Amino acid sequence: MANTPEDLSYTKDHEWVRAKGDQATVGITDHAQHQLGDVVYVELPKVGDKFEASEPFGSVESVKAVSEVYMPLGGAVIEVNESLNDSPEQVNEDPYGDGWMIRIKIDNPAQVDALLTSIEYEDYIKEEAAE
Amino acid sequence: MRYIPNSPGERRSMLADIGLEQIEDLFDQIPEQLKLREAIGIGDPMSEPDLLDYFRALAARNRTEYQTFLGAGAYSHYIPVIIDSLISRAEFFTAYTPYQPELSQGTLQYTFEFQTMICQLTGMEVANASLYDGSTAVAEAVLMANRVTRRSKFVVADTVHPQYREVVSAYTRNLGLTIHTVGHGEAGTIDPTSLGIDRDTAAVVVQSPNFFGCVEDLAAISEAAHEAGALLVVAISEPMSLGILKPPGACGADIVAGETQSFGIPLSYGGPYCGLFATLDKYVRQMPGRLVGEAQDGEGRRGYVLTLSTREQHIRREKATSNICTNQGLFALMATVYLSTMGKRGVQEVARQNLQKAHYAAAQISKIPGFELMFGAPFFNEFVVRTPQPADQVIIGLLDKQIIGGIGLERFYPKLNDAMLVCVTETAKKEAIDRLVSALA
Repeated sequence: MANTPEDLSYTKDHEWVRAKGDQATVGITDHAQHQLGDVVYVELPKVGDKFEASEPFGSVESVKAVSEVYMPLGGAVIEVNESLNDSPEQVNEDPYGDGWMIRIKIDNPAQVDALLTSIEYEDYIKEEAAE
Repeated sequence: MRYIPNSPGERRSMLADIGLEQIEDLFDQIPEQLKLREAIGIGDPMSEPDLLDYFRALAARNRTEYQTFLGAGAYSHYIPVIIDSLISRAEFFTAYTPYQPELSQGTLQYTFEFQTMICQLTGMEVANASLYDGSTAVAEAVLMANRVTRRSKFVVADTVHPQYREVVSAYTRNLGLTIHTVGHGEAGTIDPTSLGIDRDTAAVVVQSPNFFGCVEDLAAISEAAHEAGALLVVAISEPMSLGILKPPGACGADIVAGETQSFGIPLSYGGPYCGLFATLDKYVRQMPGRLVGEAQDGEGRRGYVLTLSTREQHIRREKATSNICTNQGLFALMATVYLSTMGKRGVQEVARQNLQKAHYAAAQISKIPGFELMFGAPFFNEFVVRTPQPADQVIIGLLDKQIIGGIGLERFYPKLNDAMLVCVTETAKKEAIDRLVSALA
């Protein structure tokens, strides 16, 4: 069973969000990295780029596939995890820690409440697996 | 790869299966006014002997006794006979893109060697399996620079081959990219200090040797581009120059894009040719085209594989780096055989001969009253001559003496109606050059 920490919020696109005030850290879930397999490259946006919620902000490339990574909330990128350029495997090894992707300034912090809780996300991936 | 025909019966049953009556119904979506109604005008069928006679008669109209001094992106170099005999091997000659590429280790190996030699020549870190030709390679370089920098303005020297610039303009016209063309100075090169580069500039696109044959100051242009965070794209139409000039990679180029026709590919009235494309490792994921890598199998044996395919259409769909997912296989093979046959010293020797013969011709022509070199910048095997009468008249006059003397530049640069671009390669013997000089005098 994939690890889904209780203190984080989630999306149906398999991103996690660690929100604090009007800022948030974003990455992909343990479940997502399991599905992708060995990550060989992560394409990230530039600091200052702005995205709407659900817009792709980057992509994760594993050995045979590329997947978009979607913005969980509308906002501007304030920091990107440059260390993923040289060590993309951090996404597999520590998806909720060193494998984080971007920090954003959230346009509307109230939207955080609309994201999935860890329990809702776990239910969602069970449903997805059942389909 | 086999061509498997189908019988009229099979066609009828396939059409019935999809609910159509005749083949033409498949083309219903094409507007009526665009459909060709009459037969294509290629005449009646001929028997094989008649066909041979017909083509022999056509071939006899070719005038091979003319001495040519044409360059401008298509160069007359000696083609060693080994090229034809090697590329004619059925394993190479019949295959189109192998859809199970790793099955064709021979194809992947020569492609890998092609990429390696392009890197060595250009001084770059990674080269792809080739593109259609020099012009499309330059256009792809422009698109790639836009992806890398996420900037949309391009500074393009007017000394880049005019046809390359046309293709760049066709590629970029509807993508929101803007092209600023900068003019050349009296020396025949662009001025690195006044390129108009700003923080929106994605890349400076320059060709060296340029369309006039002049060597651009790549290092200074690179510095100016990089200072503003822009890339340097170096176009090459005469890759033989790499046998003697400092490679663009050593001058700060971020992308080198150009033509490999000079390496054993026949002139063939202008194509098909074979584009080269090379860049730096850090940009490889934004590079267009196919890429062959060397790998090891489970038993540690060397093998070749297509690599970084995630950039390409069959995986990336609309987010692919390019809609090019093939290469000029057979022509890249010609270039590979040429380069391996000539070797490093051979290419250097050909380059030296080009340089010396062109400089001899330029010096002799400059001595003729009324003629002079138009530009002062150093040149490789091409140079622009100022003519006492309009250049096109001079060129027509030379045709009577069985000399194709060069290209009048007026059609590309309307102000340069007294300018003739002359190219002298290793295939021009001294007597031929002297004949050109006395014909002009």
